Amino acid sequence: MGISSGNITPILSILPEILLLILALVVLGLDLGLKKFSPALIGWVTVVGLIFSAIGGVMISGHQSGGLYIWGGMLRQDAAASVFQVIFITGAALTAFFALEDSKCVSAEFYFLLLISTLGMCLLAASSDLIMIYLSLELASIPLYILAGFHYRETSSVEAGLKYMLYGAVASTIMVFGFTFLYGFSGTTQLYAINAAIQTGQIPPMVTTMAVMLILAGVGYKISAVPFHFWAPDVYEGAPTVVAGFISTASKAAGFAVLLRLALTILPVLSPYSPYLLAAMAVASMLVGNLLAINQKNFKRLLAYSSIAQAGYILVGVAASNNLGAAGVTYYLMAYLVTNLTAFALAQVIGQANSNDDISSLAGLTQRSPVLAFSLLVSLLSLGGIPPFAGFVGKLLVFSAGVQAGMAWLVIVAVLNSVLSLYYYLKVLKIAFLDHPRETPLIKIETNSWRIAFIVCLAGILILGVIILPWYGWSITAASSLALY
Amino acid sequence: MHLSVLTFIIALPLLTGIVILLLPMSEKKAPRLLALISSLIALALSVWAYARYDIPAGGYQFIQKVDWLPALGISYHVGVDGISLPLVLLAGIVTASGVAVSWNIEERPREFFSFLMFLAASVFGVFCSLDLFMLFFFFEMAVFPKYLMILIWGSPKTREYGAMKLTLYLFLGSVVALVGVLAMVFLSGANTFDMLALEKAGFAADFQRLWFPFVFFGFAVLGGLFPFHSWAPDGHVAAPTAVSMLLAGVEMKVGAFAALRAGIMLLPEGARYWAYVILALATVNVVYGALIALVQTDFKYVIGFSSVSHMGLVMIGFATLNREGLMGAGLQMFSHGVMTALFFAIVGMVYDRTHTREINRLGGLIKVMPMAAVGFIISGLVSMGMPGFSGFTAEFPVFMGAWRSAPIVAVVAVLGIIVTAGYILLVVRRVFFGELPENMTGIIENVSGLDKFTIGFLSLIMIALGLFPSLMVPLVNSGVDRILLILGGR
Repeated sequence: MGISSGNITPILSILPEILLLILALVVLGLDLGLKKFSPALIGWVTVVGLIFSAIGGVMISGHQSGGLYIWGGMLRQDAAASVFQVIFITGAALTAFFALEDSKCVSAEFYFLLLISTLGMCLLAASSDLIMIYLSLELASIPLYILAGFHYRETSSVEAGLKYMLYGAVASTIMVFGFTFLYGFSGTTQLYAINAAIQTGQIPPMVTTMAVMLILAGVGYKISAVPFHFWAPDVYEGAPTVVAGFISTASKAAGFAVLLRLALTILPVLSPYSPYLLAAMAVASMLVGNLLAINQKNFKRLLAYSSIAQAGYILVGVAASNNLGAAGVTYYLMAYLVTNLTAFALAQVIGQANSNDDISSLAGLTQRSPVLAFSLLVSLLSLGGIPPFAGFVGKLLVFSAGVQAGMAWLVIVAVLNSVLSLYYYLKVLKIAFLDHPRETPLIKIETNSWRIAFIVCLAGILILGVIILPWYGWSITAASSLALY
Repeated sequence: MHLSVLTFIIALPLLTGIVILLLPMSEKKAPRLLALISSLIALALSVWAYARYDIPAGGYQFIQKVDWLPALGISYHVGVDGISLPLVLLAGIVTASGVAVSWNIEERPREFFSFLMFLAASVFGVFCSLDLFMLFFFFEMAVFPKYLMILIWGSPKTREYGAMKLTLYLFLGSVVALVGVLAMVFLSGANTFDMLALEKAGFAADFQRLWFPFVFFGFAVLGGLFPFHSWAPDGHVAAPTAVSMLLAGVEMKVGAFAALRAGIMLLPEGARYWAYVILALATVNVVYGALIALVQTDFKYVIGFSSVSHMGLVMIGFATLNREGLMGAGLQMFSHGVMTALFFAIVGMVYDRTHTREINRLGGLIKVMPMAAVGFIISGLVSMGMPGFSGFTAEFPVFMGAWRSAPIVAVVAVLGIIVTAGYILLVVRRVFFGELPENMTGIIENVSGLDKFTIGFLSLIMIALGLFPSLMVPLVNSGVDRILLILGGR
């Protein structure tokens, strides 16, 4: 199994997680003890704490070369885990800032749940044991069910929370069912040990393929891939916009973190068909997401279907199951984090100004606020994969990986889909840049924190799109650390 | 650090575009002034590069290479040869003229000139690229300027349709080509996007035959090859004047150029295998484009379809794979770029004053805008391939090349030229001669001084190239030498 203690102690190697837990408790304590403070303070404390936690993550990532198994092989703190943890924490920090603009979300409970969910994601990225995967997946998901219903006076929000929870519960049950097969085959729950046990080839491939399909159902729900996507449009539409942004970026990244680890370790060994299963999921997600996005009238629903399609593109990189693919997926998720958070932040402030999320109420955005109109352009074109924005590099890398893995047909499907997606992104831009506004309530942004987070996101889109080298370096290090077993 | 002049040519419009966008919205005059200055400097720099290019030495010059992502062999790598240098010059000429004819644009001038500069930076970037990643990066960068410029400043009736159609067609073509390029980079084991390295990669013949159509036909969509041409007339007609000039004059050459550079030069065996298909399609381009132009009632559509027809000659020149054909194609790209820019500029001037593009409702305009009429006639003569104008210098070698490789193509394509003469003369007679319609008498103004200057400038270039082919032929010839070397000296 190769469990070694390395040169840092197990406690130290989960420093980011520990800091997150402390931070969550501090946030709760602040709420209890210091009622007279403005609630915005809690948001700022959360962000500062998250930054420390991210720094902790970066610091310990310098101390390990390969993978370090800790807690009896439950966790494997490697470069991939560190990079993904930084992605989640960044997403959480940006979301915490955006949330300050939404008065109905500014409360200690909100930040506490956000932090606990982030903690779950961080553990998930490092999980190397089936039990740990299940536990951390639930830890990441359960707070999100509550957050999705956080606008509890609005029935749509409550409905979103409930729907999200019911789907989530079923999906994780199915996944656990798949895990039981793996344990039955191999007698172990340790991810990197299952391989060794199964390679003897005693089990019929049809049975193992079924186990793989069950596991993919659980993870597919998390990344909102077709056919496990049905919750996404309703939840995105009903949930508070900041929460929808978090679900569509950080939570999706968490799903991909565990999927990547599975795809590079046990899936190919379990079933020779797993690349094709992943490819089929990719094709279905791209087609369904893009085709259904075309006729959406609600901006958040459009983003939901677009995010289903994006999951499809990313799955191309997972299906390639090579080093470049894993690096591409990581890069794509970084790009997608800043891009989609920008889009949802825009949906948030524009929705608040118009008191609806209709696409038609984006009309004349360029006259109401040129800066927001150009930000919309940047984020949608980045989603469409147009340079010099981050999405272009992400797409190019996963498509390259697909070609390298000999799946040129899949890449052809994917590029045709990106043409399809450009159609509806451009249609939204047309409304924002050409149509005349029906009504012109000013779009007011109350908080500096929203502005800071927004600028960080926009800068991220440009930086990831033009200066590729350092982020690609991270991604490829993460990818290589996954494959070491 | 050593900086190539090409870097300045690319960076200048890019930075100008950003600066213009940061100006306050109330600023009406500064954007156009900045755009004009910047495009004139870019033009001057490209003239300088053109003059300083060492023809006997040949090959790529003014090279600059900076690592971008070394792990995948991606770099910022610029350089020009005898094929791309005239196109850089062309982009400089058309951009500067485009700014000049858009001088009086009133709606959102800040965004207009900023986007125009982004578009210019994009085409400069593509022509100078020696790296396929960079080529795509710059090409796709133009998606939003193209789309938004047609959408916001285009002609109200068709702009939404035209903008979407053009953008999606161009994007589709480029991503199909991207798949082929990724195959070259990753399937062959070359693992680099560098075109100079890929030229030497020596791909297997089967591999070339399989992937050549992706790369070539993908890019050929941008070049308007039949049957993927229909975006061109619709898009050009919907676009505002300066954008029509840049799209038809330069952007279509981007497609043809990339098809040559990434298709024929990197996959020569594939090119030989598919040459007859390209010849057949391109011949259809020439004849079909001309015939459709003949029956148009919209002044601008005539020019739109004439572009489709003339780009067919470029593609024929490529597909001959011999010296005459390739040289003719190289010259035709430049000549047609200048010619069609002038055509669209004049169509725009006529429309701005008469508010109609219906040929039947126009007439006698030579009396009120003589300079525009003369410019249009000169463009028309170039278009017909009249000796003494650049069209002849360019088209004659194409026909010679076609005669050598497939005589039937030459015969049929020459028929296309006869039809061209037909529609040009028809338009000239109906629009510029005859009686001025009564509702226009006395209210139509002559074109402005800046417009006259632009017309004169573009006309002079075409006449100069017609009278003194030696201004460009040796340069293009040196570029063709290199292609023939790659093709195995046929």
